[in-house]
Parts: sequence; C-alpha cells; structure tokens
Amino acid sequence: MSRPDVYLCPGGPMLLRGEHVVVDDDGTEHPTTRPVSAVCRCHKSRSKPWCDGTHKLLPERLRP
Amino acid sequence: MTCADTCIGVTALPKPRGRLSESVLARLGDQPTHATGLPVPESEEDAAITLWTLHELSYCGFEDVDDGAERDPDLFRVRCVLEDDLERRLRSRWPGVPDVHLATGFFDWVAAHDGPSLARFVQTKATEDQVLDLLRIRSVYHLKEADPTAWVIPRLPAGPKAALVELQYDEYGAGDPERLHHALWARGMEASGLRPETGAYVDEAPVEVLEQNNALSAFGLQRRLRAAALGHLAAFEATSSLPSRRMAQGLERLGFPAEMVAYYTEHVEADAVHEQVALRDICVRLVEDEPRLEPDVWFGAWACLELENRTARRLLDSWGVS
Repeated sequence: MSRPDVYLCPGGPMLLRGEHVVVDDDGTEHPTTRPVSAVCRCHKSRSKPWCDGTHKLLPERLRP
Repeated sequence: MTCADTCIGVTALPKPRGRLSESVLARLGDQPTHATGLPVPESEEDAAITLWTLHELSYCGFEDVDDGAERDPDLFRVRCVLEDDLERRLRSRWPGVPDVHLATGFFDWVAAHDGPSLARFVQTKATEDQVLDLLRIRSVYHLKEADPTAWVIPRLPAGPKAALVELQYDEYGAGDPERLHHALWARGMEASGLRPETGAYVDEAPVEVLEQNNALSAFGLQRRLRAAALGHLAAFEATSSLPSRRMAQGLERLGFPAEMVAYYTEHVEADAVHEQVALRDICVRLVEDEPRLEPDVWFGAWACLELENRTARRLLDSWGVS
C-alpha cells in the first residue's frame, strides 16, 4: 500500500507528512514542525491552521 | 535533577499494600536470597502495587534494587499470574466487539463511551489543591507516556510498524530530548513545585490508577496483546486533544506555571495528529494485515476508556464531586 504525503481524513483534518509551509488567509506562513501535521478543515480550530480536534464536536453534516 | 535525568532508577520502592507486596518488596529490597513461596494477593490494591513494582523493573528500575531482579524466576512468575488475572477481570467486564466499522465509526464510538471528565472539572471548577492531587497521580503515567507502546514496534508488519515509529518519534521529541513528552511533563512538575522523578507519588495512587498503568504495561510487554496495546493507544489519543485544551485552560485559570500549561497545549495539536495516525495508519492497517486481531484492538480501546472512567469517578468522589 502506498504512503501518501497528503491525506484527507474523512470528517477530519488534512494530514501532511514531512516538511511543508502552510499559508493562512492573512498570508502568514506556518512551517510544519512535526513528522506529521494535521491541518484544520472544519474552520473551527482555535489553533489554526492546525487541527485541535474541534471537528469532533460538530454535527456530522458540518464536518469536512 | 534535570528533566533529562528522569529515567534513572532514582525512585525508592513503594510502600506495600498487603501480604504479597510485602513479600515481593522485601525480596527486592534487602533479602535477595529469600526462597520461600510468595503468598497470594490479599486485595486488588495488594495485587496492583505488586504488579506496578514488577513492571517498573522492566522500565527504569529502582535505586538499590539489583537489575537482575527483572529476571528472577519467582518474581517473573508472580508478574505473569497478576497480569493474567488483571486481563481476566478486564475481559469479564468487556461488552465485546461493537457493531461498528473500525475505520469510519471509531471516533464516534469513543465519544459515546466518554465518562465523567476530569479535564472539564479542572477547566471550570477544580481548586489548586485538587489539581495538585491530579498532577501527582497523573505523573505515574505521564513519566512513561509512550514507553509501553514502544515495546510493540518489533512485533508489527511493515505498514503499522512504520506508522507507529512515526507517531512515537513525535512523542519522543523528534530527536530533541527537551521536547520529549515525558521531559515536558517533568519540567511542568518541577515548575509546579512537585517532584519530577518516576514513581515519586505512586504511594498516593489509588488502585484504579495503578490498574490503568498496569494494563498498559501488560499490553505492551506481551506480544499476544499487541493489538490491545494499539487499540489502547488509539483510544487514548482520541480522548486527548480536546481534554488537553480544557486542562490548559484550567491550569491557566488557577495560575499554574507556563511549563505545566505547555505540556497540555503541546498535546492539543500533537494528539489531533496522533489520533488520526493511530487509527488509520496503525490500527486499521494492522487489522487489514491480520484480521483476527480486530477484537483485541476493540478490547484495548475499551480498556483504555473504562479504566480512565473508573479513575475519574474515584478522584471526583474523593473530592466530593458527584
């Protein structure tokens, strides 16, 4: 089985493997600091651009 | 002491809680040639502190205890009997494999099994003394953190093995000892005026906390239970990110030092990643490779939630919170 560098978790974040730079709405650059990073896709994280698990509190229809 | 020094055998042996622990501790302490048979445990407390002590011989050991005690055949036999008994008691309470698809239903299943939340209580209501109680008791676990699961690595097929190492690499600070999670914890303890070394507060730990730690060590140490260890990991990570945010907010509310808050804020983001990796790349792929292991993935996950619920009830009761 292949090992993707970018993985979209159903109902959850986007996982990024390896080093990436994420640019947010303001143009601020956020370099990854972990072997794998989770990018928020529900727009409700309080640690944006990173996932903080908040998607799990949303009703299913509002999850990514 | 610095944080990097936490895994040295600095901890004194715990206090006994019954006949078996008395005998085992005497044998470890000052009677290495003691040859008479060891008694049966007189209570769950007695069994739990004995098993915790015997497991500790495989982690950092104890000051003044011979490193060879780990392989003392009589003590090893006691460890096996106590591990089997703990597993039997857990399996007798386990409702069995749920009718849930592992890959798509696991997180909702975890959420449905959520019990009383210590983190929610800390966030809004706990006093400073109650939080200090909690930190002392949690230190039994957090000073090991990823260690029991590290024993599982050589027992896995390639896919889950690579993913578990990827997760553990982050737990162990990605090469930086200062970022190692149990070093972050030790720094938070020191800054909070608490002792940072392994097992410093084990005598205060109620039986529920000892069993929580013992189950994880028993899963990690036995190849047969490798899938339970990974199910436990997935459930632990899936119940860490949001509660860590609540813990950080509660610690800030009470004016705890930044180092202790930092331990929890690190886990908000780290465990939002780890819960995905632990489920999708580790447990789901393990079950794809070895389908017969799926029941134990669920058993380990259930054990993690059940033992945390018992611990939470015990602590909330001891604080007079219903």
